[in-house]
Amino acid sequence: MAAASAPAGRGGGLRLLRIGALVAAGLVVLPLLAVVVMAASFSDALPHLWRTVMPQLALNTLLLMAGVGISVIMLGCGAAWLVVRYRFPGHGIMQWALALPLAVPGYLVAFIYTDLLEYAGPVQKALRELFGWQGPRDYYFPEIRSLPGAVMVLSLTLYPYVYLLARVAFMAQSASLLEAARLLGRKPWPAFFAVALPVAWPAVAAGTALALMEVLNDFGVVDFFAVPTFTAGIFDVWLNMNDAAGAAQLALVLLVFTLLLILLERMARRRRRFDTAGPRAAGRGWRLRGWKAALALAACLLPVVLGFVLPVAVLLMHAARFWQESLQQGLMEQLFNTLLLASVVSLTAALLALVLAFAARLDGSATVRGAVRLAGIGYAMPGAMLAVGLLMALAWADGLINDAARAWLGMAPGLLLSGTMFALAHGHVSRFLALALGSIESGLARISPSMEAAARTLGARPAEVLRRVHLPMLRGSVLTALLIVFVDSVKELPMTLLLRPFGFSTLATQTYQFASDEMFEEAALGALFIVMAGIIPLILLVRAMNAPSSQSETARF
Amino acid sequence: MRIWHSKGGKVCRVWVSAALAAGRLWREEFIMRLVRRVAGRRALLAGLAVVFPVGMAMLAGVMPVQAQPAQQPTAGAGQVVTVYSYRQPFLIRPVLEAFTRRTGIKVRTAFARKGLLERLRAEGENTPADVVITADFARLWALKKAGLLRPVESEVLRKAVPAHLRDEEGQWFGLTKRARIIVAHKDRVKDGEIARYADLAAPHMKGRVCIRSGKHPYNVALFASMIAHDGRDATRDFLKGLKANLARKPQGNDRAQARAIHEGVCDVALLNSYYLGKMATNEKKPEQKEWYGSLKVIFPEAQGRGTHVNISGGAVVKHAKNPQAGQKLLEFMVSEEAQRMYAALNHEYPVRPGVQPSELVRSWGELREDRLPLTEIARRSREAARLVDEVGLDH
Repeated sequence: MAAASAPAGRGGGLRLLRIGALVAAGLVVLPLLAVVVMAASFSDALPHLWRTVMPQLALNTLLLMAGVGISVIMLGCGAAWLVVRYRFPGHGIMQWALALPLAVPGYLVAFIYTDLLEYAGPVQKALRELFGWQGPRDYYFPEIRSLPGAVMVLSLTLYPYVYLLARVAFMAQSASLLEAARLLGRKPWPAFFAVALPVAWPAVAAGTALALMEVLNDFGVVDFFAVPTFTAGIFDVWLNMNDAAGAAQLALVLLVFTLLLILLERMARRRRRFDTAGPRAAGRGWRLRGWKAALALAACLLPVVLGFVLPVAVLLMHAARFWQESLQQGLMEQLFNTLLLASVVSLTAALLALVLAFAARLDGSATVRGAVRLAGIGYAMPGAMLAVGLLMALAWADGLINDAARAWLGMAPGLLLSGTMFALAHGHVSRFLALALGSIESGLARISPSMEAAARTLGARPAEVLRRVHLPMLRGSVLTALLIVFVDSVKELPMTLLLRPFGFSTLATQTYQFASDEMFEEAALGALFIVMAGIIPLILLVRAMNAPSSQSETARF
Repeated sequence: MRIWHSKGGKVCRVWVSAALAAGRLWREEFIMRLVRRVAGRRALLAGLAVVFPVGMAMLAGVMPVQAQPAQQPTAGAGQVVTVYSYRQPFLIRPVLEAFTRRTGIKVRTAFARKGLLERLRAEGENTPADVVITADFARLWALKKAGLLRPVESEVLRKAVPAHLRDEEGQWFGLTKRARIIVAHKDRVKDGEIARYADLAAPHMKGRVCIRSGKHPYNVALFASMIAHDGRDATRDFLKGLKANLARKPQGNDRAQARAIHEGVCDVALLNSYYLGKMATNEKKPEQKEWYGSLKVIFPEAQGRGTHVNISGGAVVKHAKNPQAGQKLLEFMVSEEAQRMYAALNHEYPVRPGVQPSELVRSWGELREDRLPLTEIARRSREAARLVDEVGLDH
């Protein structure tokens, strides 16, 4: 669409943007390419799985995605709509509290719920003592280690993606749009389904896509719930059957599947435009009273309590009991490492995402758009696999350097790229760019091309349009991108384990030591630190997004 | 100035103006407001703005430090041996620290559960690693098969590690042992009801068996040993019978199986011996002592071929920069001192003949172990993993 607005004579900035985007995408896609190389040798893993458990794995994966997809849309959109459009007691706190479950690592939430609710856990034990039941045949209790259990826990930890993106979208919606719907006789909720939700759809779809990619790459949670998914199959082929090529092939199947889903969703809304960010964004919201206010508050509280308050309370309990065992030297250093890494990663990812998203919008050529799509799907791949891919690419580059050095200087410098902070940051950015891209692209989709056209007509060059029109209107989306990437980088484990320099540990790697040896209680204190490291930016950024920004949301012309 | 106006200069100008634009935006959007409300919510944004350049500078600072260890001197007191470990650092740290005290050789470790093999392969001859330590023998076998290990000629290691617990070409060595035992409820399971692994699949155990995922390496190794002894068909029948006997879908970790027996979900389960030891001595979690208290230990196949054992093991990397120090580390790890530490701290069985396991472990009775070379088991682990799929044990 916007490609036409780039006259040939003034393409310098644009060409630069395009080159920048291709380089950025190339760096991010590097680990994926290495996985392709890995997959390019013989393996009979696929036929074996096809004959045996593949139908079950695929079915589990699809059901999990469907369940989590529907729940995160309901939870995320519902909560965002309540918080943006209505005013009720506790509204101010709920705005940021609803994002809190994002800060708790999923595998810990999974552990806490399976531990609480399984037959041998305290809840059922207390029920048995209370009612005098003797054995499992005396009563019915839903099996927590099941597909529905996994859907519940994954939804509780992943709905904040949808909530955060939908919230920004709802906030940017012109109030007059809804007022028109109300004037035409729609009640608030029908107005939501007829107007607000369709208009916010790009953001909701982006948030849901992120949640589902996380479902695809997850191993820790589904392992707890004894639900073998496609990713469990990948690890099985890789580690138990000792067949890295087969595992890489499976991972690529997963990527192609993800890409198809994303393209399908895009095609479904290709003909529609959602550029509704207007000068009278947000508005003040409708005041709720009485039982309606209570209901709204309860609806917001439910996911916060289940996804954050309860798990953190359990962690606090364990930490209070085991703080001596888990208090290790260097906690402060790990905290510092974690925050430093997350800051660098989130800022880099947001910057690259901006470049890629702008390039896709302004340049719009098939090459650039393809590169941007590829750059955004790495998140669907299991982190350990992606880490191995990056390792291979960097080690190959190191090999070239060393060979050259041996030939010319007669000495080898050793590994310069692998096992450095650069490798680690590169890995994190590759993995989490999708998160930033999803947020920023959906924000960009809200901005009408007519704004660009107007700006260009008034004589602004492309760079100026970006600076004076797009960036101010994207503020909420950029902050959201920073936030999501930051929190996820704090929690990240498999890549950090494999790519970090010697002696460099983060809160997540330290916590994992205990967690991977069946000592979750001892891991609680570290987990609380992870949660804290995630919460502080979370609260600050969500509040920053609330700051009166209607002036900056209006293009200054 | 000619450069500035040339075509390349145009590119430069674009970048400079982009930087200026970014700076202006930053100022307008963030800095000005920060000044206006000093302690406001912008503090974080400003903080990030500071952290980013500082962080980048630190990254730049870290990199040369990382490049340095590859040029370590290969002799003298300042030696460093680099370990890639599949085992948690806190499990082996006391032994590694003792090694440093004895020899003056420093140890640095990189720990990961997945991908170290691929890392070694990718790094090739540039790898900083000297030694690999694993938590099971299947991984060692895979490392050897990938050509990433080097043979070690060591009288010390050959004497300390029994032949069936090491590679025949000296490419890897077992360091500690753990038995895959059966635990049973002390009242609900009568003596003699279960004495062999095959009994787990017998009709009288219907609805009474708990296991963790059939795909866990410890279970895969056990099934592989059954293939080696009884053949593929017998093992498939066993797995089918086992599946039919399960009280619940395979789930949880090793300790969770003990808890399930305690709570009455099932009567028997497979467990690695050292988890039992850790539960029995868990002062901080008395509930685990209770779990332990309702169990009795059965060494399967004690009358026949012996109980299946797994190992934690070590090997020297093919492209090690400091193979002598690596060999010294392995030799230390099978010394009496280190073996006793393992036994005391972790309730593992020492591999070294003559070193006793902990008193608690001895109280379970004598371990008569399966003496089939682990190599014979390892080469069947892929087949075992596939059998688990064919039978659909986890589904």
